[in-house]
Amino acid sequence: MKTARQRTTIIAAASLAISMAACILLLRHIDRLRPQASIEDVLYINSPKTIKRASLGFDGLMACIYWTRTVQYFGHRHFDYAHTYNELAPLLEITTTLDPHLLPAYQFGASFLAPKPPGGAGQPERAIQLMEYGIQNNPDNWQLYYNLGFVYYTELKDYRKASEVFERGSNVPNAHPFMKILAAQMAMHAGDFTTARMLWSATYETAREATIRQNAVEHLRAIQVDEDVTHLEALFTEFNQRNGRPPASMAELVAAAHLKGIPVDPDGDAYKLTPDGRVLVETPDDFPFITKGLPPGYKPGPPKFHSHS
Amino acid sequence: MSPRIAYIAANTFREAVRDRVLYNLIAFTLLLSGAAIFVGQISIDIERLVVINLGLTAVSLFGVVIAIFIGIGLVSKEIEKRTLYTVLSRPVRRWEFIVGKFFGLAGTLVVNTFFMAIGVFGALLYVTHKFSKPDALILVALYFIILEFLVICSLALLFSSFSSPLLSAVFAFSLFVIGSFADDLRGFAGMAHGLTRWVATGAAYLVPNFSALNVISAVAHQQPMSSQLILQNTLYALFYSAMALSGAVLIFERRNLK
Repeated sequence: MKTARQRTTIIAAASLAISMAACILLLRHIDRLRPQASIEDVLYINSPKTIKRASLGFDGLMACIYWTRTVQYFGHRHFDYAHTYNELAPLLEITTTLDPHLLPAYQFGASFLAPKPPGGAGQPERAIQLMEYGIQNNPDNWQLYYNLGFVYYTELKDYRKASEVFERGSNVPNAHPFMKILAAQMAMHAGDFTTARMLWSATYETAREATIRQNAVEHLRAIQVDEDVTHLEALFTEFNQRNGRPPASMAELVAAAHLKGIPVDPDGDAYKLTPDGRVLVETPDDFPFITKGLPPGYKPGPPKFHSHS
Repeated sequence: MSPRIAYIAANTFREAVRDRVLYNLIAFTLLLSGAAIFVGQISIDIERLVVINLGLTAVSLFGVVIAIFIGIGLVSKEIEKRTLYTVLSRPVRRWEFIVGKFFGLAGTLVVNTFFMAIGVFGALLYVTHKFSKPDALILVALYFIILEFLVICSLALLFSSFSSPLLSAVFAFSLFVIGSFADDLRGFAGMAHGLTRWVATGAAYLVPNFSALNVISAVAHQQPMSSQLILQNTLYALFYSAMALSGAVLIFERRNLK
C-alpha cells in the first residue's frame, strides 16, 4: 500500500511532466503566431563600442557569438531567398570591433555583403570597408588583400583597383606567389576567361572551408559554360558569314568547324543551337552562375550545389 | 609556511570541496565546453576559437563566482557558527587564520581550474583532432586566470573581515567589474584635469587591473606572450593580493569578536 508521501511524489512527478509538455506545445503554437521577421531583424544594442565595454574583457567570446549570429542571420535570409539584409553589415561591424583579428568574419563577411541579392546583400562598398578595416588590423595577412581584390573584380568590375590590391597583397611577407601573377593578369587581361578561371582556381586551392571550395567549383563550371557558348556562337556567326546562311543543326556546325564531336557542358549534356544562332544549355538550373547560354526569359531558382568537385 | 597556516588551509580546502555548489559549477563548466563544440558546428571556421574563448571565459567567470561566494563566507561563517573561538583559543594567531583561509581558498581554485582546464583541452582535442605548439599558450592564459583568482580571493577575504556576506559579495563583484574597466579608468584619468585627474588616477591604480590579466582573445589568436608580461603580471598579482591580505589582517586583528 502506497504511503501518502509516495502518492505525493507520483502526483508531483506526473504534474511536472504534463506541465512541461504543455509548455513546449504552447510555445510551438506561439512561435507560429509571431512574425518571424520581427524576431530576426532586431539588434538590441547597435553600438559595437558599447558591446565591447559590456563584455567585461571577454570580447573574444562575444565576437564568436556575434559571428555565429551573423552566419545564422545570413543563412536564414539566404535560405528564404530574401532581398534585404539590413542587419548584416551592423552585425559584421560589431563582430570585427569586438575581435579585429577574427579573419573568417572578414573573408566570409565580404562574400556575404558583396554579391547582388539574393546571393548576398548587394553592398560591395560595405564589403570593401570591412576588408580595409581587416587589412588595417591584420596587415600581414595576404589573403585579406586577395579577398578585397576579388570584390573589386567580381562585383564592381573595377579591374584597376583589383590589380592595385593584388599588387599590395603580393608585397606582404609570405604572400602566395600567384598574387603577383594576378596583379599583372588583372592589369592586362581583366575581362578574360583565363583571368576568371585563375581567380576561382586560386580560391579553390587556398580555401579550407568545403562550402567555399564548392562555390569555386560552381564558378569554374560556369566559366567553362560561358566560354563554350561564346566560342560556339562565334563559330555560328563565322559559318553564317562564310555560307550566307545559318547552319541547319549543331552537327553541321561541328562538321564545318572540325570539332571533335557535339560539344557538351560540364555535366555531359549537349549544347542546343537555336535557329537565330543562340547556344543554350540543357539544364540552366544546374549552373547557377552562368551569364551565357540561358533560355530567353529564364528566371533562376535558388542555387543548387553539386556534390562532385 | 607555518604548520598552523597549512592546517587551516587544508581544512578550508576540505570544507570547500565538500561544498556541493563547487561540484555543480565544475560540471556546468564542462557542459559549457561541450556547448563550445555545438556553437562551433553552427558557425563558420571558428571552432577552435570558440572552444578556447568559451572554455577560458567559463573557467574565469565560474572561478570568480566561486572565489567570491566562498571567500565572503570564510570569516563570517566561522563567527556565525562560533567555530572561530575554538580556533583562536588554540595557539593560532589571527593573521595566521586569515592567511590560512586565503591559501585554502586559493588551493581550492587551483584544483578547480586544473579540472576545468582538462575539460577545455579535451574539447580542443575533439575539435582540432591534435594539439599544436601554440596551444601551449592556453596554459599562460590559465595561469593568468589563477593570478586573477588570487586577487579576488584576497579581496573577498578583505571584505569578509569587516562586513556581512551580502555586502562583501556586492563589494567584491563590483571591484571585479571596475577592475575589468581599469584601462578605461586610466584613459579617463588621462583626459581629466585638476583634482578629478588626481582622484581618477588614484582610483585607477587602487582598483585591481584585471584587463592586464585577461589574455584569452590574444591566446585564441595564437599571439605570443612575452616572458616580461608573465613575470610582471605575476608580481602584480602577488603584490596586490599581499596588499589586500595585509588590509584584511589589519582589520581582523583589531576586530572585537566578543
